[in-house]
Amino acid sequence: MSIVLENVCYTYSPGTAYEIHALKNINLEIRDGQFIGLIGHTGSGKSTLVQHLNGLVKATSGRICFNGEDIYAQNYDMRRLRGKVGLVFQYPEHQLFEVDVLSDVCFGPKNQGLSQEEAKKRAREALRMVGISEEYEKQSPFELSGGQKRRVAIAGVLAMEPEVLILDEPTAGLDPRGRDEILDQISLLHKERGITVILVSHSMEDVAKYVERIIVMNQGEVMYDDVPREVFRHYKELERVGLAAPQVTYIMHTLKEKGFDVDEDATTIEEAKETILEAFRKKGSKT
Amino acid sequence: MEERKEMITADKLAYNYIKYDEEGREKEKIRAVDGVSFEVEKGDFVAILGHNGSGKSTLAKHINALLTPSEGTLWVNGMDTSDENNLWDVRQSAGMVFQNPDNQIIGTIVEEDVGFGPENMGVPTKEIWERVEESLKAVNMLKYRHHSPNKLSGGQKQRVAIAGVVAMHPKCIVLDEPTAMLDPNGRKEVIRAVRALNQVEDITVILITHYMEEVIYANKVLVMDDGKVVMQGTPREIFSQVETLKSYRLDVPQATLLAWELKKAGLDLPDGILTREELVEALCRLY
Repeated sequence: MSIVLENVCYTYSPGTAYEIHALKNINLEIRDGQFIGLIGHTGSGKSTLVQHLNGLVKATSGRICFNGEDIYAQNYDMRRLRGKVGLVFQYPEHQLFEVDVLSDVCFGPKNQGLSQEEAKKRAREALRMVGISEEYEKQSPFELSGGQKRRVAIAGVLAMEPEVLILDEPTAGLDPRGRDEILDQISLLHKERGITVILVSHSMEDVAKYVERIIVMNQGEVMYDDVPREVFRHYKELERVGLAAPQVTYIMHTLKEKGFDVDEDATTIEEAKETILEAFRKKGSKT
Repeated sequence: MEERKEMITADKLAYNYIKYDEEGREKEKIRAVDGVSFEVEKGDFVAILGHNGSGKSTLAKHINALLTPSEGTLWVNGMDTSDENNLWDVRQSAGMVFQNPDNQIIGTIVEEDVGFGPENMGVPTKEIWERVEESLKAVNMLKYRHHSPNKLSGGQKQRVAIAGVVAMHPKCIVLDEPTAMLDPNGRKEVIRAVRALNQVEDITVILITHYMEEVIYANKVLVMDDGKVVMQGTPREIFSQVETLKSYRLDVPQATLLAWELKKAGLDLPDGILTREELVEALCRLY
């Protein structure tokens, strides 16, 4: 069970003066149950890439297989694919439209052909998963706070019970607690349900904290594809393509240069704390 | 007349959003800003923090009279914003930049977009061009003057939006989460431009943000919660109070957080470490 991309290319406006090669020969395997971070500067091809994964955009050339089946084959059920691979766009709260929270979340499952009752059950479950309590069910989604709206919109996708959940900058514009709450919920979903999560983000700190694998896009190509500590080891190259490493990475590298016996590849606060304390302990036992 | 020192003075400023029912009767009153008093001096760089819904943006909209107080008074450069006769002068004194650059750019060519403000104010043509040039220079975008804005990156667009405000020669600029939608490089570019305006052009800056790393350049921080200003001080004073900030759904810069964690674990570090450099230096003294 996985998504496999083979030599995927995508060109905007081919054959015109505005031709742009947004994706160039992408080869990737998204294995089941992974938590992946997708990073890259504005215009690097991240959003184009994720729109391929549920068939919203069709590759100019190349092949995409979902669970072993070619999604571009004749008679392939695209509708089903879109139910399996859920895509949460940037600012998903702009897509809220129903009169109350519950109806809004029911929209997806109802469209999948589920009965009213079943759709409601799914919607309630999805709302519970994103931490929206029952008292909000009958409220207008437009009267909620920014973070709540965002969570309701995410619930709308979760209610379709996707196997793969793709989130395009789910925390942009949220306050720090709102950001942590949403990412913690997603992380919990990933652990409890084993769903595959692809997180598109501009926050290196968030990516370092949550994901197990990072894909770095640059100019339509995959630049790095590895575990966070390996990817952030290339922090100088990342800066050259408009990205950065987590703050912690810079601190660790400077400490190492100053002679500290620390693991300079630590990327999270927790890891940095451990290795700095360890360095002090080692030093203490020597003197 | 003696040059006044204060740019903005708020005295018990309050703002109520009023909801009406179908018959147009007042249904509910929401007090978004609740009796706020503070002062911003000329040349200050003030950061406003607060969770989503804490009243930051409502307060910001008062500064260029998009909203006027329900109670209390706000003076901008000595002018009472509630007095309609002051409206144009207030708007010219205080410019605003919002989160999404795409909603703020109207011209088809960068320099036309930047010239729109001064043209509207009736500035003579020759001076408009001078202002366009100096404003684009101030945000380091002069070489893009003949470009189409829709081909620019997010950070570049946002700097064009800022130049558009600078061209109106405001005394004060209010930026409401200008970096929320940008990649790391775009964020860096915008913050660099904002700091230059403050330090070189001596424009008073009010920056609303959820990125704690951007706050360390401010000389004064206001923290809002539930429509009130709950903390005021220098970044160092504010970020020394990690737990209080967390209780307001906020955060501290990563270097501060790491220092705080290390201190809790027993290292003898000073309070209020703000930057990576400060943390490294403090650790070196202990090692």
